[in-house]
Amino acid sequence: MDKTRGPDPLDDLLTPQLVDSRRDAPLSVYLHLPWCRRRCGYCDFNTYVHEPDPAYLVALKAELTAAAQRLGPRRVSTVFCGGGTPTLLPAQELAGLLAHIARVFDLDPAAEITTEANPETLDPVYLRELRQAGFNRLSLGMQSATPHVLAVLDRQHTPGRAVAAVAWARQAGFTNVSLDLIYGAPGESASDWGASLATALAAAPDHISAYALTVEPGTPLAARLARDHIPGPQEDDLADKYLAADAAFERAGLGWYELSNWARVAPGQSPPPKACCHNLAYWHSQDWWGAGAGAHSHIAGVRWWNRRHPGAYASGPPAQAGEILSPQQRRVERVLLELRLASGLDPARLTAAEQARLPGFTARGLLVATDQALVLTPAGRLLADAVVRDLLDA
Amino acid sequence: MTAPLPGATDPALIRNFGIIAHIDHGKSTLADRMLQLTGVVDERTMRSQYLDRMDIERERGITIKSQAVRLPWTVDGVTHVLNLIDTPGHVDFTYEVSRSLAACEGAVLLVDAAQGIEAQTLANLYLALEADLRIIPVLNKIDLPGARPEKQAAELAHVIGCEVADVLQVSAKTGVGVIQLLDQIVRLVPPPAGDAAAPARALIFDSVYDSYRGVVTYVRVKDGQLAQRDRILMMSTKATHEVLEVGVIAPEPAKEAALGVGEVGYLITGVKDVRQSRVGDTVTLAARPAQAPLSGYRHPHPMVYTGLFPIDGHDFPLLREALEKLQLNDAALVFEPETSAALGFGFRIGCLGLLHMDIVRERLRREFGLDLISTAPNVVYKVVLEGGAEHIVTNPSEFPSGKVAAIYEPVVKASILTPAEFIGPLMELCQSRRGRQTGMEYLSEDRVELHYVLPLAEIVFDFFDALKSRTKGYASLDYEEAGTQAAELVKVDILLNGETVDAFSAVVHKDKAYNYGVAVAQKLRRLIPRQQFEVPIQAAIGSRVIARETIRAVRKDVLAKCYGGDITRKRKLLEKQKEGKRRMKMVGRVEVPPEAFVAALSTAVEADQK
Repeated sequence: MDKTRGPDPLDDLLTPQLVDSRRDAPLSVYLHLPWCRRRCGYCDFNTYVHEPDPAYLVALKAELTAAAQRLGPRRVSTVFCGGGTPTLLPAQELAGLLAHIARVFDLDPAAEITTEANPETLDPVYLRELRQAGFNRLSLGMQSATPHVLAVLDRQHTPGRAVAAVAWARQAGFTNVSLDLIYGAPGESASDWGASLATALAAAPDHISAYALTVEPGTPLAARLARDHIPGPQEDDLADKYLAADAAFERAGLGWYELSNWARVAPGQSPPPKACCHNLAYWHSQDWWGAGAGAHSHIAGVRWWNRRHPGAYASGPPAQAGEILSPQQRRVERVLLELRLASGLDPARLTAAEQARLPGFTARGLLVATDQALVLTPAGRLLADAVVRDLLDA
Repeated sequence: MTAPLPGATDPALIRNFGIIAHIDHGKSTLADRMLQLTGVVDERTMRSQYLDRMDIERERGITIKSQAVRLPWTVDGVTHVLNLIDTPGHVDFTYEVSRSLAACEGAVLLVDAAQGIEAQTLANLYLALEADLRIIPVLNKIDLPGARPEKQAAELAHVIGCEVADVLQVSAKTGVGVIQLLDQIVRLVPPPAGDAAAPARALIFDSVYDSYRGVVTYVRVKDGQLAQRDRILMMSTKATHEVLEVGVIAPEPAKEAALGVGEVGYLITGVKDVRQSRVGDTVTLAARPAQAPLSGYRHPHPMVYTGLFPIDGHDFPLLREALEKLQLNDAALVFEPETSAALGFGFRIGCLGLLHMDIVRERLRREFGLDLISTAPNVVYKVVLEGGAEHIVTNPSEFPSGKVAAIYEPVVKASILTPAEFIGPLMELCQSRRGRQTGMEYLSEDRVELHYVLPLAEIVFDFFDALKSRTKGYASLDYEEAGTQAAELVKVDILLNGETVDAFSAVVHKDKAYNYGVAVAQKLRRLIPRQQFEVPIQAAIGSRVIARETIRAVRKDVLAKCYGGDITRKRKLLEKQKEGKRRMKMVGRVEVPPEAFVAALSTAVEADQK
């Protein structure tokens, strides 16, 4: 390893007192697997069109080992493999990573263990191997059921492939399958979106994430739209599609538990049993270790992030820099994250001045307030960022 | 033979002259060539357009402030003194031009041999003729392929009433003909007349603030003499100062003992503000004052007003300081604090005209780094209420309420020079701007001078651009103040969510009120981002709404995805949005980005006229 890069920022960030204070708290583990067969035009994640690199996997395991040494044998309640396309790896490599986590940490037998998957990389055998290795949740990138929308998004799979993948996953024994959808792409009509919703729901997933397309600056999609003078996603269209999705999901028995996430409801259970525990850990500001290039971690108000480029990541201490959140920053983060959840925000987190603003939001039908929780209405969800901005003091 | 010394020059050897020319017709180049040929500037130190000092002037190729250069020139073995008095070349500065010309006995009328005479040149020529100046007609750029010297010479001869053969032909660029021109100036321009024994009288034709020397006052001595250590009296302001230094420009300032009859030079008294040394005023000696000042002094008064507001409210003190500094060098600039509900604290500034205003704004931006919002320019109205109370309105938002008996607006006499083929479109344009035609003259077969009386308000907007676009750039415009006229004007207010946006209030003719209201309302609808509630935009005359647009409520303001574990990014985005919110200008509950006001105001102009 290259030791010339100076001290590891974690030496200062993760003090023994802090680590000790969190020894009994559950830990989530994220693994970043950055490779893709090709890059989708809209994607601005830390991804690379490259074959999986064995040296990177060595570094990833080394980071996990070092993490366990720093934190002690913490109990791991969720594992999430994201990317990139984790399923570009052979199933036994993913299995190996999971086994490594189990070796260095205390992996809860009931842990939620997810991998993101691109439908085109999957087949029944592969899925069976994943399931046998201990993966119990599958998050499939479906995006759309409309060929011309998939084309705009640069997705390679055919519309039917995601549906087939759900069926294979069921046969392989997955009882927790999620589909990812993207709405608002240029050229997507309301009925295109309706067809995508119907197709996704017909596959009977346990969970759906539906995201408004964001055209990020610097992406090939942004360049293409600018070049061809095509307008980006339109506000009213996005709003209409969000509401259409929310209604369709609720009708199909999937309840919203986060702004862009719905899961099959079960009476008396909140959040729904198939809500993504890993993401909920982020949204509840719990502890997680993100391993891999560019991954972010958080332990009790200390946050850091790894070197972004896989090469740089694999050749030295992974962490690039970090921050110790002030109490005010932690509070702001909690407000902006928890207000996105169906479980809502505890009003006690707000200052008196902020609480005094609440009637304004309830009067406008953006928020429902009880003593226990502030919960956004569908209209309020669409304006969540504005609500947070206007609610919080300076 | 050596050149005569300042303060001891026989008036018979002096020739005071100016150059009358349109922008781009080569005045500065000709001046450069004269400096070179008379030997006062050598090739090495030659800077193109030596006489134009400020960067803005250089870039725009125009001369705002005049200067006077003393040039030796020998004809028939006798060395004469030529004082070249540079004149400003824009319509806003007609008065300054007239004072520069009043310091001269002759004028070179310089016309581009390809383009022919332009309206402002013609107007300045008339000023020179009124002042009894000897005119020397000169065609420039005769070396250019497009030059039509015969045609232009005939037109010049027709305009001045001279022989075609009297029109000199030069190329200021190559120097061809400039020696002959200098000779002709000596031969044709009369020497100054004045009484050396009389009490001193000198005309101030320019006054410039210099950060090291204080105000430098340029004068032409008519009678008597001015010397160092003299105590002088400014006849209009009655202020007295001691002359710390007198000198001539050759072309760098050169200190001398005195300036005598007919001489042109500068005075430094240590005053720090050009308003104490006003163009057109007469300088005399405090100990032996003249009986009467030289004629023609006029106190400058602003014709056009605008509100200037810093985009960042914290820059208000900086703006005040900057305006105070500009005023040191600009006696015609006036300003007073103004508070706008929409734009915050700023200043209402008054200028001689649009170019003057542009220069002020540009200098504030460039020399002081100020980011400003500028409201649409307006003229000065006199509003007479029933009952007889009179109000002078320099800011439309201060238009008096109450029953109006009459409103008076300033008008100008405009002359437009155009190729004959554009007469139709120009008459249409002038008519649409409420113009009244007062005459039309053919300067030559295909060139026409149109005379109109136009409301000043109709030309302070985009009249000049409209003129140019309808005539492929060939028409030119000059105008001068011509009093006021009663007009059926109304004040149109723009309301955002029921609140008047004072920055958009405008006084317009009643027939144009609807168009103005619709145009501004539509523009604001496009420029103001959707708010969390529906925002009506109304245009109203008093309580009567004449146009309405609606900004629909925002429906989506949320990022769908939280970027996995990268919560920092989300928090930073919130901090950035909060910061953006603080920059917003508030109109009641409506948040307006300053850029929207800038965009709306910068184009309010065309909208008004469509």
